[in-house]
Amino acid sequence: MKVKLSKIAHGRAGDKGNTLLLSVIPFEEEHFSAIEDQVTAKKVKEFLSHQLKGEVKRFSLPELKALQFTCEEALGTGVTTSIAMDAHGKSLSYALLEMEIEIKSLA
Amino acid sequence: MKKEVVRIGCGAGFSGDRLEPAILLAEEGNLDYLVLECLAERTVSLAQKRKKKDPNLGYDPLLERRIEGLLPILAQKNIRLITNMGAANPLAGGKKILEIARLQGINISVAVVHGDDVFELISQDEKALESGRPISTYGNLISANAYLGIDAILPALQTNASIIITGRVADPSLFLAPLVHEFEWNTEDSDLMGQGTVIGHLMECAGQITGGYFADPVTKPVPDMDKLGHPIVEVSRTGSAKITKVKGTGGIISKQTAKEQLLYEVINPNGYFTPDVVADFSKVRILESDKNEITVNGGTGQKAPDTLKVSVGYEAGFLGEGEISYAGSHAKERAFSAGEIIEKRIKSLFDEFRVDYIGMSSLHGLALSQSSNPYEVRLRVAGKTFDQSKAALIGEEVEALYTNGPAGGGGARKNITELVGVVSILMDRKKIKPLLTLLNSNPTSHEG
Repeated sequence: MKVKLSKIAHGRAGDKGNTLLLSVIPFEEEHFSAIEDQVTAKKVKEFLSHQLKGEVKRFSLPELKALQFTCEEALGTGVTTSIAMDAHGKSLSYALLEMEIEIKSLA
Repeated sequence: MKKEVVRIGCGAGFSGDRLEPAILLAEEGNLDYLVLECLAERTVSLAQKRKKKDPNLGYDPLLERRIEGLLPILAQKNIRLITNMGAANPLAGGKKILEIARLQGINISVAVVHGDDVFELISQDEKALESGRPISTYGNLISANAYLGIDAILPALQTNASIIITGRVADPSLFLAPLVHEFEWNTEDSDLMGQGTVIGHLMECAGQITGGYFADPVTKPVPDMDKLGHPIVEVSRTGSAKITKVKGTGGIISKQTAKEQLLYEVINPNGYFTPDVVADFSKVRILESDKNEITVNGGTGQKAPDTLKVSVGYEAGFLGEGEISYAGSHAKERAFSAGEIIEKRIKSLFDEFRVDYIGMSSLHGLALSQSSNPYEVRLRVAGKTFDQSKAALIGEEVEALYTNGPAGGGGARKNITELVGVVSILMDRKKIKPLLTLLNSNPTSHEG
């Protein structure tokens, strides 16, 4: 079945200069492998292409059952000088959670 | 007598944080230490501007209000306070705390940790980490503050000072320093420094680990957020940490709240650079040991870096903004029309200019927006310029839509913000000399 990530995972956005950090953490640990398989750095870069202008790196943390995306050139000119409404990109955690993935069951 | 456990509360996670959670922690948290983390990347540059206008200012604007409420409780309960509320002027902040203590009839010593201000040491040609460009190309430089670590705070803890006030220090160091001090940890033990840094990182944003900034009423409900409790960590000599909060306060502490906070603002979870260690968060183990109680172990690390990060602040011009709302039939079309009018009139005057439709596309762009026909839309126009009067033009033009724009526009607002940008450089840590000044409220003693 196809679900929005927001149904099975949560996350928080953080900022460092012009780098945006996004975590994706499944509510149920059994969903980690489906998320790890499908939510790749490439897919994240494509999904948020209007926002992410630089390289996207993914860190997989199998012991914590979490993914972390480090997205460069993602906050306009950077958090301190961006003219965007949400200069920190804090709301972008929920943009990534709009992505749909395929899972076997909701758990 | 040596302590077997040390209890540290975090009463503030940023400059504008609520006041009362710290009071409650001091009163009921059975604490050894209270930490108030109040200094973001840009805050110190803004504080530097206040200091330039008045050499007695430049510390955190809420310092007086936070300290007035806390001092009597800290003195009565014998809790030491560690805070970076010194911002751009820790010495003036320390003196202000003594002044408050004298008025309250409390006899204390304040240890001021400074030396983070390295503005005199930097050259205009240094390359920004972010771009490789010389920092002088960004704009008029106004501040440079190095991130100091525990080696700057430890000498302060060795004095009899009950309050330690700093300028720029790495946030986790505010927590690691008292642990190293109390347990006499070997600072060469990178795994222990890594675990202590994990503890500090989990604690430093206060309410962000107790359910604040985590809550979602649909998927992550959090009870009683109007009285959110801030966290307490109880650390044992081995570094094992238990995170809790004061009983009866709102919020939750769980594996989920901890995971979100552990990864917050972390560029590389396998190598988190601080002045004290390069910490590895990837093997951290979080267990829910009781209701609203987690146990955290498994932080590790590698040797501390030879360089320290320095945040350089510069004048980045002015942000001009204007907003106006439309609602009812054709709200979107009227907002779009208003945006187009403004673009035609002034867009070409600005290097950076944008039009946002609040309620539709102002946060995530149009691609993800579901609301093709929202009942109401708020137009927001923003532009950046070094010319203040040009920045003002944006709000003026939006306001003028009242009589010259589409029908039914309401609630126009205009705003100008002076922008302070921040870029980073690395500096050889040997060049940076942390300083300690001890201030005593007993008027017969000397300031040292």
